[in-house]
Amino acid sequence: MESLTLSDFEQKYYSELFLSCDVDNTKKVASNGKVLDLFRAAQLSPEVVHQITELCGATRLGHFGRSQFYIALKLIALAQSGLPLRVESLNSVRDLPLPRFVMGKNEQETRHTIMFADAENQGPYLPRPPGRVQAKKVSAHEMIQPCVPTVDPQPDTTSPVVSPHQSPPTSPHAWRKHKRQASGGNVDRQPSVPGVVWPPFREAQPGPVTGEGMWSAHSPPPVQESWVSFTDTPPSSTLPMHPPSAQPESTTVRTVPSAMTANEIQRQTSGYDDPWKITDEQRQYYINQFKTIQADLTGLIPGSAAKEFFTKSKLPILELSHIWELSDFDKDGALTLDEFCAAFHLVVARKNGYDLPEKLPESLMPKLIDLDDSAGVPEPAPEVGFSASPVEVTPNKSPSMPSLNQNWPELNQSNEQWETFSERSSSSQTLTQFDSNIAPADPDTAIVHPVPIRMTPSKIHMQEMELKRTGSDHTHPTSPLMAKPPELSDESKLAATIKFPGTTVGDGYSSSDSFTSDQEPISSAVNRQRSHSGTSPEGLKVVAPPTPPPRPQHTHSRSSSLDMNRNFAAVPAGPQQPGVVAFPPAVPPRPLPTQTSVPHGHRSVEVDGLPAHTSTSPQQMPEQPNFADFSQFQAFAVDQPADDGEKPSDSGQAERCAETAGTMRTAKNDVQSEERNATTVNSAKVSTPLAPPPKPVRRRLKSEDELRPDVEDLPQKSNVIATVLATQPSIPRSIGKDKKAIQASIRRNKETNTVLARLNSELQQQLKDLLEERISLEVQLEQLRPFSHL
Amino acid sequence: FLICVAIRANYPLYIRSVPTQGELKFHYTVHTSLDVVEEKISGVGKALADQRELYLGLLYPTEDYKVYGYVTNSKVKFVIVVDSSNTSLRDNEIRSMFRKLHNSFTDVMCNPFYNPGDPIQSKAFDSIVSTMMVQAC
Repeated sequence: MESLTLSDFEQKYYSELFLSCDVDNTKKVASNGKVLDLFRAAQLSPEVVHQITELCGATRLGHFGRSQFYIALKLIALAQSGLPLRVESLNSVRDLPLPRFVMGKNEQETRHTIMFADAENQGPYLPRPPGRVQAKKVSAHEMIQPCVPTVDPQPDTTSPVVSPHQSPPTSPHAWRKHKRQASGGNVDRQPSVPGVVWPPFREAQPGPVTGEGMWSAHSPPPVQESWVSFTDTPPSSTLPMHPPSAQPESTTVRTVPSAMTANEIQRQTSGYDDPWKITDEQRQYYINQFKTIQADLTGLIPGSAAKEFFTKSKLPILELSHIWELSDFDKDGALTLDEFCAAFHLVVARKNGYDLPEKLPESLMPKLIDLDDSAGVPEPAPEVGFSASPVEVTPNKSPSMPSLNQNWPELNQSNEQWETFSERSSSSQTLTQFDSNIAPADPDTAIVHPVPIRMTPSKIHMQEMELKRTGSDHTHPTSPLMAKPPELSDESKLAATIKFPGTTVGDGYSSSDSFTSDQEPISSAVNRQRSHSGTSPEGLKVVAPPTPPPRPQHTHSRSSSLDMNRNFAAVPAGPQQPGVVAFPPAVPPRPLPTQTSVPHGHRSVEVDGLPAHTSTSPQQMPEQPNFADFSQFQAFAVDQPADDGEKPSDSGQAERCAETAGTMRTAKNDVQSEERNATTVNSAKVSTPLAPPPKPVRRRLKSEDELRPDVEDLPQKSNVIATVLATQPSIPRSIGKDKKAIQASIRRNKETNTVLARLNSELQQQLKDLLEERISLEVQLEQLRPFSHL
Repeated sequence: FLICVAIRANYPLYIRSVPTQGELKFHYTVHTSLDVVEEKISGVGKALADQRELYLGLLYPTEDYKVYGYVTNSKVKFVIVVDSSNTSLRDNEIRSMFRKLHNSFTDVMCNPFYNPGDPIQSKAFDSIVSTMMVQAC
């Protein structure tokens, strides 16, 4: 058996009990009979008793030694507290209430409790607020009176149990226990109770009787519960009354009342119930906690805040709910400071293993603020008053009466207050109306699933890319190819064998051909076309041999700029070739062989083609210049060149036509020569542009760079073009002039190339933009489409 | 015999009958009475503040017992089924019973730890109902 640690009270109590059981006066061994009786008096089931005896080892020993007895008593206390019977819990459970023994012992216990009621924790426990006990009050009154007369009589009956030795603390616990047990007690039993109570009192002496009187006084207030318990006691009661034992305690009793009177209100009620007493430190702690929630100590803690706070204590919700019910006294859904302290105290108690009471202990009763102080105070105190008054009464009856009377009014008041309060709460009030609109799922808030939409349609994108690529393929070699199909067609046709798509440029060719009436321009145009078509390098190479010396190198920019318009208008001539060479990077290889073959193989055809080209070119040139014009508008923000471009182009076109027509035949040879010249020139020019030749891009850039200065020169270009055009017809007539013409045409072609390239890029950009717009529109359409279907 | 029921949204939150036997029959009765209660509620639009409804219509010839209904403003219904043999119960008593029920119910509702819709497990509520029923019987 483990060592048993007993508190002082327990020690005393147990020793008393032991002595009571120690009938044989052996001081060592308690007889089994008495012990068993005692245990039965504990109101435990037989099996529990048996278990206890086993645990304490009595069965082992065959008798109850003192230690066994003590252990057994402790176990009884455990069992009565509802805790499981474990040996180890003997010492673990602190503040264990003393075991309660119902039989007869009660009275003695209670008596002694009263006797021993000291400031700390004893004091008869007045469970019930007198409020509801108006009737009880009377009965209590009655009881008190008989209490007095019964003081004298007879300490005859003595229970076998050593009640006198019972220490005070037991009775309160017993009280409480009784209260708990008595759930269905009726008020009707009240009268019987006094009867019950009194017999024990009779045997008592003033001391004990006073306690009993108090006790009896208390008992009515406790309502039915205690009544029930008390009713149980008398029948079985061989009330333990040991007058001799009681006597020595009477002194204490006398002291007690004074103490009680002194402390009456709070100490007694709080003092009785050990677990329910709130010590000062506890109270201070509670107040601090209250402040954390609600700074105003006179304010209320709303229910939700309290709920959160107490949920943190990790008690089950049901218990928290019960605690709330107990503590929220005014049922307002909020906690005052007192209510909060009570709730907190209950939580603390529960966490320490105490069962929750069925009703709020008085010590935890919040003081009704709206009541008078006298009434409010006695709220916990009515029982105190009760207890106090009888105590006072009995020792010295006269003084007690006044105090009693004093208490009565208080009690009355509190009762009234209670009554009114209860009435207030129960009064049917106009209830606010609540629409129990369980809002159904709002259909309007239909969740629309996000429709996955491809923001970047890959196909379109791909197409665009393809277009770009194709365009680039076409345009890179011949930059303006995509945007300028006519040009492309021109170029392709220029190439004669043009494998380029979109060759529909018969007219262009013809125009170009016509334009290339002066061979140079024609050839240059052709070459330029070729270059546009990307055949330039090879064509140049092919044409390289016959190309003129690279004289006009330095004059490229200028000449080209000057020639641009002319070339534009006049159709890309020889210089085109180099220009062509430069411009279109990628395309060059393809048309070259054809181009080369064409010029070589089919001069006539070429010539025809050339005129055609030239014819077409100028025709398309105007278109292109138109394009170019607009693009130039956009890009260069130069109106004039466009207009000028147009004019010269038109004029050039006319001139070209004329030229082509005029120079058709003559041009043949001349074309050839011019071509050669042009080629030479072109080659010369090409050679120069070949400086950055391997990379037509450079050329293009260069051309673009040239174009930049060309921008400025565009106005001049137009004039130049006009002049060139004007001079063109005369060009082919003189070879010397041809050279210059070729060069000029070359320049022009270059310029046109650059311009066209520029145009192409701009148009490309426009195309991109348009494609993007298209994409976005398609996206929008797709977005809208599902909705339209809904 | 007496049975008290608290119903919220056609789901009983609390059923208590004094004679615990034959409770199923009472359950059934309560359920059937709900329909009538609903009917009464929906019918009278202005009488939402009607504190109580006396429902004597449900009288089975064999086992005659009276069913009383009461609706709160939050559409919580209380039903009391009493034996017809309990003729001692007057209308006022029934009203007072309902009032007590309502008050207790509001106390339960005030408890922040109580979630509306949960079965009522409040001991205070139980005790009040018990006392009431004991008085009635």
